[in-house]
Amino acid sequence: MSASLEKGINALKEQVDSTVAAFFSSCVHCGMCAQACLFFTETGDPSRTPINKTEPLRRIWKSEYTLFGRIGKILGLSKKVDEKLLTDWETLVYDSCTLCGRCSMVCPVGNDIALMIRKTREGMVAAGHAPEGLIGATTRAVTIGSPMGVTWKALSAQISHVEEDTGLKIPVDVEGVEYLLLLSSMEIMNFPEFIEAVAKIFDQTNSSWTISSEAFEATNSGIQIGASDIAAELVQRIVDVAEKLKVKTVISPECGHAYMAIRWDGPNLIGRPFLFKVRHILEVLDDLRTQGRLKISGKEARKLTYHDPCQISRRGGVIDEPRKLIDMFSDNFVEMPDGGKMNWCCGAGGGVSANERADEIRLKVFQRKKDQLDEVRPDAILSACSNCRIHLEDGLEEHNMDIPLLSLTETIAEHLEGSEV
Amino acid sequence: MTEIELLSWARGPGLQIATIIFVAGVVIRIFEILMLGRKANLAEAKGSEMSSGLKTIVSRTVPDRDTFQRSGLTIVAGYFFHIGLFVIVFLYAPHILFIKDIIGFGWPALPTPVVDAVAVVTIISMLVVLANRLSNKVMRYLTNFEDLLTWFLTMAPLVTGYMAFHRMGFTAPTLLAIHILSVELLLVIFPFTKLMHSFTLFFARWYNGAISGYRGVAS
Repeated sequence: MSASLEKGINALKEQVDSTVAAFFSSCVHCGMCAQACLFFTETGDPSRTPINKTEPLRRIWKSEYTLFGRIGKILGLSKKVDEKLLTDWETLVYDSCTLCGRCSMVCPVGNDIALMIRKTREGMVAAGHAPEGLIGATTRAVTIGSPMGVTWKALSAQISHVEEDTGLKIPVDVEGVEYLLLLSSMEIMNFPEFIEAVAKIFDQTNSSWTISSEAFEATNSGIQIGASDIAAELVQRIVDVAEKLKVKTVISPECGHAYMAIRWDGPNLIGRPFLFKVRHILEVLDDLRTQGRLKISGKEARKLTYHDPCQISRRGGVIDEPRKLIDMFSDNFVEMPDGGKMNWCCGAGGGVSANERADEIRLKVFQRKKDQLDEVRPDAILSACSNCRIHLEDGLEEHNMDIPLLSLTETIAEHLEGSEV
Repeated sequence: MTEIELLSWARGPGLQIATIIFVAGVVIRIFEILMLGRKANLAEAKGSEMSSGLKTIVSRTVPDRDTFQRSGLTIVAGYFFHIGLFVIVFLYAPHILFIKDIIGFGWPALPTPVVDAVAVVTIISMLVVLANRLSNKVMRYLTNFEDLLTWFLTMAPLVTGYMAFHRMGFTAPTLLAIHILSVELLLVIFPFTKLMHSFTLFFARWYNGAISGYRGVAS
């Protein structure tokens, strides 16, 4: 991947469409987006104001796509996008934004600022201004098939363990089934219990499913770094396998951006609609609940709360499903203030967790989540994104807070009828 | 040029030039936005673009609880001067007559003393807006020349109009001429600045609502 300023500028030009133009035309510099962004609220640094992060894209829009801007460009008055600007903006665009989209919900003129920052990243990476950590993850995703370098051999070993532990057969490369389950590397390496949980649930609900040995990775570093061509290639791998195996539904696992990548960006990246459906695991579980196939017994006494992963809730539309599922096993569920579509990001999404340079700020902005949790004081936190989960555990440890983090899917598996210990 | 000549220029050719630049400019700006187009979404929809977009055009007028707590002053001052401007421009009897002369029809006005009071409140809220812009850390960081220019050019017709109504400082024709010229300056600069948001925000809000609504989220 050779990068240059010229490529960066061209990539930015390609990102300008009527939405971007309407958004930039409408910004009145009111600054309200800053108050929606944990990278501002927890640091007080005004340069981290969301709309400011889009400056490279704004300059291109202004000088190339507005009459006044074009005249200004001819007269040599327009502000240029140069190496210095992109160098100065790199940490704002990557380290100080998780693409959580809270800013997009509060902007009074309606700017989808997170989308604008996502588009800005296309230019940043094409110009060679992306963080090392994300470049490494993206390279591994392309060459090995996983941002963490997880191979089929590693997954296969985990599958064997799960089969031994559960006595259930994990279907691999089976054709014509209902579901193709994707996994994130994080789940394969750190939370194999997730595979176990899905196996148990699908066994009880009599659902046919499979894992593919060719395309099992759900995450997509391409959409985090902002390289649509790479993102499309990673999506295509899944599409090829799903169509070869003739599955009805591809399941996105407990990972936020993976869902965004395959569910909402996927067809647009490869340029055609899918021949199969894409559902988040929580949507699948909620479907099974509606059909009366998911049977739960026993109720949790613990006070539970739910951390909405941004790309699954606010940006993804899976908001009611987790709450209905939690209702099945809990009478003591408490929403966090701003829970649901206005929930605060954990601070590590959008590629921030893959970018070591952002480690310090990621833990600093966790304070916002801590404040939210201090108001609820839950006995345990449920969530549905293993990236959120790892980072929340990190943040809680940093603050000596002893609150367990639970996967919603795994918790449901523990409450399956007949599975009580 | 006598003050009467100045006034008739302002009411005649001046107004025509300003109106042409305003209308043509706004049309060009909207056209250059919409002309860019956007790709159709190929993902399977979870909700409607159209109805969510329309809903967000209205709903985005009211902030969520947390935003109100964090940006209260910006929001309240913003409501005051926007509503104030609307009342003064569109519900003050002489303005309605002026518009009626051009477009051929009018509508009922508010009593003049009410509009006068609104003008005072609006001018004060504009001063609060400026003070907020210069003292709030984020706004100060974002503020550029255009922000100050548009503030000044929005404030000018308010102040000159108030002075004209109360006959402050100059003779009536001079005051009225200055007031009309300040409005013309605002009209001329309007299409080339962030003042365009009064038109484009409908598109921006619609897009925002449509993008979210397509995924089944009310924004």
